[in-house]
Amino acid sequence: MKILVTVKRVVDYNVKVRVKADNSGVDLANVKMSMNPFCEIAVEEAVRLKEKGIASEVVVVSVGPNAAQEQLRTALALGADRAILIESNDELNSLAVAKLLKAVVDQEQPQLVITGKQAIDSDNNQTGQMLAALCGFAQGTFASKVEVNGDTVNVTREIDGGLQTVALKLPAIVTTDLRLNEPRYASLPNIMKAKKKPLEVLTPDALGVSTASTVKTLKVEAPAARSAGIKVKSVAELVEKLKNEAKVI
Amino acid sequence: MAILVIAEHNNSALAAATLNTVAAAQQIGGDVHLLVAGANCGAVAEAAAQVAGVAKVLVADSAAFAHQLPENLAPLVVHLVQGQGARGYSHVLAPATTNGKNYLPRVAALLDVEQISEIVKVIDADTFQRPIYAGNAIATVQSSAAVKVITVRGTGFGPVAAEGGAAAIEALAAGSDAGISAFVGEELAKSERPELTAAKIIVSGGRGMQNGDNFALLYSVADKLGAAVGASRAAVDAGFVPNDMQVGQTGKIVAPQLYIAVGISGAIQHLAGMKDSKVIVAINKDEEAPIFQVADYALMGDLFEAVPELGLLLG
Repeated sequence: MKILVTVKRVVDYNVKVRVKADNSGVDLANVKMSMNPFCEIAVEEAVRLKEKGIASEVVVVSVGPNAAQEQLRTALALGADRAILIESNDELNSLAVAKLLKAVVDQEQPQLVITGKQAIDSDNNQTGQMLAALCGFAQGTFASKVEVNGDTVNVTREIDGGLQTVALKLPAIVTTDLRLNEPRYASLPNIMKAKKKPLEVLTPDALGVSTASTVKTLKVEAPAARSAGIKVKSVAELVEKLKNEAKVI
Repeated sequence: MAILVIAEHNNSALAAATLNTVAAAQQIGGDVHLLVAGANCGAVAEAAAQVAGVAKVLVADSAAFAHQLPENLAPLVVHLVQGQGARGYSHVLAPATTNGKNYLPRVAALLDVEQISEIVKVIDADTFQRPIYAGNAIATVQSSAAVKVITVRGTGFGPVAAEGGAAAIEALAAGSDAGISAFVGEELAKSERPELTAAKIIVSGGRGMQNGDNFALLYSVADKLGAAVGASRAAVDAGFVPNDMQVGQTGKIVAPQLYIAVGISGAIQHLAGMKDSKVIVAINKDEEAPIFQVADYALMGDLFEAVPELGLLLG
């Protein structure tokens, strides 16, 4: 079984981003970039399925600037077999990304596609579901457990209030939640080996996909700041303030 | 102009998140229609018809919709919006619950439109605000799509009244099962405490709790306040408590009247999930903890002394 995994290059999760003074976006100059954390979990899950002998090949794909090759090399170092970059310097919307990925699915014919549930920059939580719709595949979103049984996959999903398990016919799409696994670190020998693994670069034009958007960002602002509060010296004072000042208990 | 709102429910009761979503629809303006898709969900349809400001309730009662599997639900919504069965909806809204976030992007892609995720404010019928970068920035976005497909973050909109409306109920033709997915089972946490996203008071614990057993301290205080209990991602990652208790950008977004953060340092991703709370209390022994920058009341000290004392004082 072939598995396709998507990865996105995003601002590192430890970076506190700042809004640009002209409100045109957030300042990403000289900021550390990394693989989206949910995508790391997706890569890890695919590699584990390969190690268990369930997957025969793991292909990673990214849509983004040329520099996203770094994140693809990381995925190769973690155990993916080959990589595809769809190169675009535009900030593409989720639907356009899903259409590009659909073109790759058509070419590669994977039995399982694993994506992160959301990217930590745009916070959209859409691409996997959209790709499933465009491909006509079943979807198992926010997965905390994935079990492949023959021609179906059972996905346990993190839902409000608990867990839900669904059985999906393959080919299917799974999007990862936090507790699916703990991603490994790449070892130095594997990082060296990853440099020799194949990485193909494509363009949206070559795939025949239009990436036009009907949504435009008018401005980006910093959220309203909360004013500083007061220090209380004791639990008794806290309870008194909550009762008589804030009147919330 | 009419707006289709997809109701959140469990086949027996309408979920509160629906009321916040209807409120967002009213701000956009136009007739609000509520779609109740489920199985044996007559009681939900009755409740939906009572919701203030709803003009019509559409009911799709079929085994195919019992668990609102997106493979079955999305084609139903698409049928109401586009093609022969189209009813001229300008907007399709769903609550940004794990359920809404699951099926609505599938609807958007089938309609060939982009989805606007987790809006927190309506500027006008085409323009919305939504948080990005874990709430560290707020984007104002404008859509020129013929149909706007939107998920609504409940904390951004006060709920409409659950009663007072008298909408007509229209039954839709039975849906069909796409045959590619099936519900196997679910494990829902059984709790006497309120749901995190609906609670007026939340007591949350972080890595400072040290282990899962110590959360008993928080449960005891929560029960005296009628509060829900949450946790930071650090506490979830450390295995202290299950992920459905997680408050933060990757967990639940909450905005209660009172949020008590215990042993939580206040990582960006946690603040993104709770900083819209009305009153925030932080109990932490680290004076430098970022949580104190958003707290209205800061108590610096050992939580293992402060929390039991809080419990005693609340008697």
